[in-house]
Amino acid sequence: MVIGLNHYLILAAALFLTGAAGVLARRNTLIMLMGVEIMLCSVNIVFAAYSRALGDMSGHVFVIMNFAIAAAEAAIGLAILVAIYRIKRSVNADELNSLKE
Amino acid sequence: MFVNITIPNWSDFAHFVPEAIMFGAFLLALMGDVIVRGRKPVVPFLITLLGALAALYYSFASPPVGDAGVLGSLVMIDSFAGFFRIVFSFVAVVTILFSWSSEEIMGSTREHKGEYYALIALMTGGMMVMAEARDLVMLFMSMELVALTSYVMAGYMRNSLRSTEASLKYVIFGAVSSGIMLFGMSLLFGMTGQMTFVGIRDALVANPVNDLSMLVVLIMIMAGFGYKIAMVPFHFWCPDVYEGAPTPVSAFFSVGPKAAGFALMIRFFFTVFQPIVDTIDWPLMIAILSAVTMTYGNIVAVKQTNVKRLLAYSSIAHVGYLLMGFLLLTPGGLQAILFYLLVYAVMNLGAFMFVSAINNSIKSEELSDYAGLGFRAPWASVMMFIFLVSLVGLPPAAGFIGKLYLFTEVLREGWYWLAIVGVLNSVISLFYYMQIARAMYFEKVPEDAPAVKIAPLHYVTMALLAVPTLILGLYWSEFKAIADQAIAGF
Repeated sequence: MVIGLNHYLILAAALFLTGAAGVLARRNTLIMLMGVEIMLCSVNIVFAAYSRALGDMSGHVFVIMNFAIAAAEAAIGLAILVAIYRIKRSVNADELNSLKE
Repeated sequence: MFVNITIPNWSDFAHFVPEAIMFGAFLLALMGDVIVRGRKPVVPFLITLLGALAALYYSFASPPVGDAGVLGSLVMIDSFAGFFRIVFSFVAVVTILFSWSSEEIMGSTREHKGEYYALIALMTGGMMVMAEARDLVMLFMSMELVALTSYVMAGYMRNSLRSTEASLKYVIFGAVSSGIMLFGMSLLFGMTGQMTFVGIRDALVANPVNDLSMLVVLIMIMAGFGYKIAMVPFHFWCPDVYEGAPTPVSAFFSVGPKAAGFALMIRFFFTVFQPIVDTIDWPLMIAILSAVTMTYGNIVAVKQTNVKRLLAYSSIAHVGYLLMGFLLLTPGGLQAILFYLLVYAVMNLGAFMFVSAINNSIKSEELSDYAGLGFRAPWASVMMFIFLVSLVGLPPAAGFIGKLYLFTEVLREGWYWLAIVGVLNSVISLFYYMQIARAMYFEKVPEDAPAVKIAPLHYVTMALLAVPTLILGLYWSEFKAIADQAIAGF
């Protein structure tokens, strides 16, 4: 079997849904952030696959940019998580309800 | 496999002066803060204030001429970008000035207060770039620059549970929606093989893709923009973040990134979807989004008791009004959006700053604590009244003129039901805005009410916003002309 563009796209879609399910279903904010990272990774696969299929380098450039941004996002997310753990001793999304009408 | 890469020319950077000033101010303010060991916040304050003033002056004195695509195809410096440079640097100047006397920012619980000013400078620079991006890479980079900065700013009071919680919610919502948007962008790239907005449009016109995949891509990209401007159904973060973040930060968020999101949205959708607007049922989609957004914002705002949260919902409603200008992607509608953004920036910033100035003395944002403020802080309350009248959209304030232009465009395009929904919404908004005015003027001052003392700098900044709110309502034609010209450059 030859692995073609469609296989990569299916892989990416599966990863994207996995990440989205992780964010929606889990209540631990650490896991939710991991889900987000998986979603960003799936985007990288789509860009790289299309870039290869179309013979256009600009998709690869985007992937590298995306790595940097995803890393920065994870760093900030974890820093905020640490700050909130120091105050509340918990990172469960259901317990974070001090902002309600 | 080889691509034709244009090496950026150094002379291109001559087009980037206001951005360079803001990014420079960011670096200098950070270094300055380290040099004084975080003990003298006046150093970063002055650096960023001077930077923002210089950027404002430069944007006024030498607006961009023609349209220069610089750095290869990444950004476009035209009169549209020039318009937003003025708006953003003005907002930055006012926010920096205001924050200096704000207890929440300058209180004793936080050292290294200089970081706050540095972040405002960074975010202002990022917002300017957002208004200039014309390539998917730059679109994503500038949006993330603004978003990452705003996560940190929302959690500025890191010992306060509310502030950090707001920041965490912001990160998670922001990251998910930017992930969805990125997926849409990657599919768009796959369908067209292009990164620039113009290239994507040409490819879409040359070989149309099928309607369903276009719709999927459109919805995914809309998720990212919708999050940025707090449009229903991507608005969930907005009330929590505005309530939890320090009030000057909420004030900045409610106008700065929102206007930048609109700028990017205008450039992206106007360039990419304008020729194919009829094939994708665009007007109906926008009309429904707009009607739902304004109705939701207004109805939920009615039952709020926290003024900050009330203003958050009202800002969602204003996004609904602004979306009306998107209906047919005509220049007239976009001009109305631009003018309304200008008006909205001034009046909404003012309303939030009043809340923050009052919070300084009475440490509360509850509507019940606003009883009799009209007599406890007369001048500030008069200015708040001006902002409220403008937010409702009554003459002679600026909000009236802004709404008039938007509604005229909607009627001209023949969407009568949307205009009726808009007018009904304005009536609902009259009710809750006037609740604040009623508390200020028609309720007795409680016996044990704490004294309200407003810092001189707060009077200055609020006057800086109240006066334009009135001027824009009486002599708007000059400013409307600037907005018109900004779109004409497209």
